[in-house]
Amino acid sequence: MRFFKKITGSNLFYNFLRDPMAIGSATVLLFLIVASFGAPLFAPHNPYDQTTIDIMDAELPPIWTGAADADSRFLLGTDPQGRGMLSTMLYGMRVSVLIGVGAVVLQSLIGIIIGLIAGYKGGRLEALLMRLADVQLSFSTYMVAIFISAVFQGIFGMGVYSDYALGLLILVIGFAEWPQYARTVRASVMAEKNKEYVEAARVIGLPQWRIMFRHILPNTMTPVLVISTVQVANAIMSEAALSFIGLGMPPSQPSLGSLIKSGFDYIASGSWWISLFPGIALVVLILSINLLGDWLRDYLNPKLYKD
Amino acid sequence: MQKQEPLLSVRELSVAFKMRDCVLTAVDGVSFDLDRSQRLGLVGESGAGKSVTGFAIINLVSRPGYISGGQVFFEGRDLATFSEEEMRNIRGNRISMIFQDPMMTLNPVLTIGQQMIETLKAHRHISKHEAEKLALSKLQKVAIPSPEKRLTQYPHEFSGGMRQRIVIAIALLTSPSLIIADEPTTALDVTIQADIMELLLKLCEEEEMALLLITHDLAVVSQVAERIAVMYAGRIAELGSTEAIVNTPQHPYTQGLLKALPQKVERRKRLNQIPGNMPSLQERPPGCAFYDRCELRGEICHREIPRLEEKNGGLVACHMVKDAAGKEEK
Repeated sequence: MRFFKKITGSNLFYNFLRDPMAIGSATVLLFLIVASFGAPLFAPHNPYDQTTIDIMDAELPPIWTGAADADSRFLLGTDPQGRGMLSTMLYGMRVSVLIGVGAVVLQSLIGIIIGLIAGYKGGRLEALLMRLADVQLSFSTYMVAIFISAVFQGIFGMGVYSDYALGLLILVIGFAEWPQYARTVRASVMAEKNKEYVEAARVIGLPQWRIMFRHILPNTMTPVLVISTVQVANAIMSEAALSFIGLGMPPSQPSLGSLIKSGFDYIASGSWWISLFPGIALVVLILSINLLGDWLRDYLNPKLYKD
Repeated sequence: MQKQEPLLSVRELSVAFKMRDCVLTAVDGVSFDLDRSQRLGLVGESGAGKSVTGFAIINLVSRPGYISGGQVFFEGRDLATFSEEEMRNIRGNRISMIFQDPMMTLNPVLTIGQQMIETLKAHRHISKHEAEKLALSKLQKVAIPSPEKRLTQYPHEFSGGMRQRIVIAIALLTSPSLIIADEPTTALDVTIQADIMELLLKLCEEEEMALLLITHDLAVVSQVAERIAVMYAGRIAELGSTEAIVNTPQHPYTQGLLKALPQKVERRKRLNQIPGNMPSLQERPPGCAFYDRCELRGEICHREIPRLEEKNGGLVACHMVKDAAGKEEK
């Protein structure tokens, strides 16, 4: 209750209530997240449950089209395997959000620790770590991801890959993007470490790691928060792109990206809904995250502006 | 009975800064002793090496500076022989330091309570509850009203004077035997300055702490300190009891400083000042650093750096000051 009061009394919340764009995007995002994580509750049926799927239901159009073969059980039609689009999308969005958030947690964990150490210690260690970040950045995310996913699929086969796809994607996307965090955090740490409270902490006799993590780190969180919003959106996009080229989530556990892909082959034959609805969901999800991130950036007004 | 060994003994301490193409000596052979619960004022103008001396005592001279010579004995042990781990246990535990600007020395994102408890936990095995109790008692000591409420507040919720009180409370937490106060009142306005100095004096007496007060303000230091060391260009020019320094200064620099203090004078009369500036680190003369500005200078002053010698009951580093007492003995 006290925590709740602290939030509602804050400047952040005040500012939030006065920005219709922020309220709008937050509402949409909240709706999408609740719908996707509550999928087992809300979805008309479970697309992972093989017994409820009938291949005879494949490629049914949405009901409102009035087509003869539209089925009242499937509001948005069905995909090529006979799963209801609505249910599959809800479950798929859950996978997408999970991968996005998971990858960002991993990225920030690696990036913050490396950036903090590099910025605080300085000298050769800093040079080494930041060159490492440069090398990592010089490989595009997709290249790293394609490489690792392809090697993994090649070695262990598609069956094993399907079981570990979620974790592997989080790992791959998370690992490919850590330098973004490392650079941002390092820059802030370098500005913070010369401030007097850091000197005072050293004079008090606090151990180095404590000065780094407890004193400097919280003071560098503003830009980290802002790039996190952008990075979640990026990670979801990366996953969708990987799935679209067949190196992401397998069809048995579809994400938004693999749903778009599975419908792509049928667009020309008239089954437009299979790609369209997941596509819209993806756009709305990414847009609401980005708009919210924009608002947050404007509110916090950090020194950092990421493209 | 033998004289008790001093709490802090600084011997020929030198601090140098390694620059791209030269090595600059900021502190050059400074020596002084500080007994238990004694108060010493370290006075000098900007760049005289006062603060660097303070940092050198706790071995925290930041790069590119380093201690280039001399020793610091604390409670009889040479601090140079301490490991980093042991040194950390001295800092903030046996020796505390207070800085000039209380706006800057408190971490803006941690509450006062968190910062106090953290300091205690770094040095003591103590439960959070006990630490909180101790923090409260120290806040009461520095006259912070309603300390329970204050513990949960952030630094920006305090005024400048309050913050300096809190910084002092943090310094007191571990009951150190020495406090190094580096210009503790410079950033505060005059009325609060007096309060803080009085508080510091009272606490030193109550808790039997020694105080090394680093300041450029002779008026402040003469209120608080029992002895005063006047620093000039990295060296001690004169060291003696406060009374002797204020009433019968021997070194021409000290005399100049005292004359320069604003006093009640006729209107329109200009304040006295010492002509010229302190020589910068790069251009220290071969002889006495005060040579160019000195009224008494003689030929020897240009050639030889004066040593700190006992003259007339005080220590003075000047060739031209004659030891009256010494002559009488002969």
